Amino acid sequence: MALLKHPRVDAAEQRATEALKRELSEQELFSVAPFDEAETERTGAESYSYWRSTLRAFRHNRVAMFLLSLLVIIVLFTFIQPLLPGQFDPNLANNTVNAKGQTVPMKNTPPDSVHWLGTNNIGQDLWARLWAGTRNSLFIGIAVALIEALVGIVMGVLWGYVRKLDFFFTELYNVLDNIPTTIVLILVSFILRPGMGTLIFAMSVTGWIGMARFVRNQVLIIRDRDYNVASRTLGTATWRIILRNLLPYLVSVIMLRMALSIPGAIGSEVFITYIGLGLPSDVPSLGKLITEGRKLLTSPSKRYQLIYPTIVLSVVTVSFYIIGNAFSDAADPRNHL
Amino acid sequence: MGSYIAKRLLRSVLTLVIILTIVFILVRQMPLEGYFPNFEKMTPEQIKNGLHSMGLDQPLPVQLYHFFRDLITKGDLGTSRIYRQNVPVAEILAPKIPVSVRLGTMSLIVSLLLGLPMGTLMAKYKGKFFDHFGTGVIVLIEAVPAAVYYLFIQFYGTEALGIGMTMLGDKDFNNWQYWILPVLSMSLGNIAYYAMWLRRYMVDESTKDYVLLARIKGAGEGRIMFRHIFRNAFVPMVQYIPTSFLNTVIGSIYIESLYSIPGMGGLLVDVIKKQDNAMVQAIVLLFACVGVIGLLLGDLMMVALDPRISLAKKGGDK
Repeated sequence: MALLKHPRVDAAEQRATEALKRELSEQELFSVAPFDEAETERTGAESYSYWRSTLRAFRHNRVAMFLLSLLVIIVLFTFIQPLLPGQFDPNLANNTVNAKGQTVPMKNTPPDSVHWLGTNNIGQDLWARLWAGTRNSLFIGIAVALIEALVGIVMGVLWGYVRKLDFFFTELYNVLDNIPTTIVLILVSFILRPGMGTLIFAMSVTGWIGMARFVRNQVLIIRDRDYNVASRTLGTATWRIILRNLLPYLVSVIMLRMALSIPGAIGSEVFITYIGLGLPSDVPSLGKLITEGRKLLTSPSKRYQLIYPTIVLSVVTVSFYIIGNAFSDAADPRNHL
Repeated sequence: MGSYIAKRLLRSVLTLVIILTIVFILVRQMPLEGYFPNFEKMTPEQIKNGLHSMGLDQPLPVQLYHFFRDLITKGDLGTSRIYRQNVPVAEILAPKIPVSVRLGTMSLIVSLLLGLPMGTLMAKYKGKFFDHFGTGVIVLIEAVPAAVYYLFIQFYGTEALGIGMTMLGDKDFNNWQYWILPVLSMSLGNIAYYAMWLRRYMVDESTKDYVLLARIKGAGEGRIMFRHIFRNAFVPMVQYIPTSFLNTVIGSIYIESLYSIPGMGGLLVDVIKKQDNAMVQAIVLLFACVGVIGLLLGDLMMVALDPRISLAKKGGDK
């Protein structure tokens, strides 16, 4: 009965049959194969490389590849943009000469050939601010994801591998998990000096525990499997067991969690800026642009000031989300057939 | 079971004490000048007196001891210093709690009413149009930061409904129209969450043997979907419902300040900025209580629904 067969297995078998038919002619298929001793010694595993298969599976996902290239272009562009001709300093308040010959700030000028996206209410160039803000927001997101992953993996491995630490970490988790992250975020960013470092710290100070718990659970499952027991009996060093036997299992989910915590951190920055506790005033960010733009939402002619940062923000976050999911699918060896 | 709950409650109390201590210490690190509106003009003498009257000049452990003593013996959370001068915190919070709970409950009902059917239908039409459409919607909701779509819901929603931007002040409080947008904003995340996981669990369940048996017996597809698969897929979901309710109430910080709803969430930001220590502690305590109770309730509900799960044996491993 077709129901009993997993659809994925079924599809794989069909693909294999078709490949066989393509490569071999009818005659070859039905003639006796010559015996080749070298051929019998060949094992399938030899030609299998985990990372190559992962990359191949990932490249098959066209949407993810497109978004990845888009993301790379955006990241590169945030660095290239200040070097282009005719750019402004994102923090410079531009002035203009009005009809009476006085020098006044360029308040909310619409987009033109000099200021490509116009200026904001104190005359700063929005095009420059948009890309500087994207750069800063991306930096915050990536830094938070990296710190969370690094601390989380180290702590998680300790938690799962060192039995004496299990009680301590479990209790720590019970406490930290119950403190709403929003409260920590607000308190820390209020108490410490405003800045990128503070925000990154405030976001990762509780974030790592989720990753640690996940790693710990997986380590507990894999730690005492037969091949690890065998490795230990053969005298393999613990760090080698962890690096070679444990962590490769976790790559897909770790990457997924990292890819998801980047948009999470960028969103938190928007939130914390909205409640008035964000970055100092000379550091533009997407959160700051959106908060400023929000105040103009009621006047339709200036609404574009909100639209552009929102588009960039949405593109970046949706891309990370989809790429993360696609990569975690690709990194799963069961999808490598 | 009884002893399990007792043990669990004891742990919860311990957790609450630790959380309160951490927040207490954090709050005490706030800058001194924040306590006085006219700090620059004050003499060191005045500052010292001011700190003394607030009890802030005592060593931290002593302050902490006084706080817990008052809390345990008198149930006293302290008095607000700035938000509303010399009014007991409990008195300020009492009228605000029902507002937040009302908003949270409404959004929970909406998310269950929309999320569960959506997940079920997606599982039923797996790989068909509705499934792809639903996945697209979920990806959008999950990936676009809430801070952004809240803004757009507020903006375009108020235009579409033809109501003003400032809302849910005292006069509009009982007008249901004003509840639509905040409740919708708060529900979206949970709708996506419930739909995504229910679909996943239902798809996992649908390949199991009892489904095959039901089909062989000649049960209709609808019956299999709702009577057999849904019930089993719903069990792991139940655990999240109390927690997601909690997250909704806490996540309301943003929504409540967007729509100026006189609830708890908006208040927290306000009192942290005003450095009203007693208020901050009280609100954090309240949030933490809801969180701990939510986790406990989630586990208990799961046991109640699925007789195969026994918490007592696992010893609170969850």
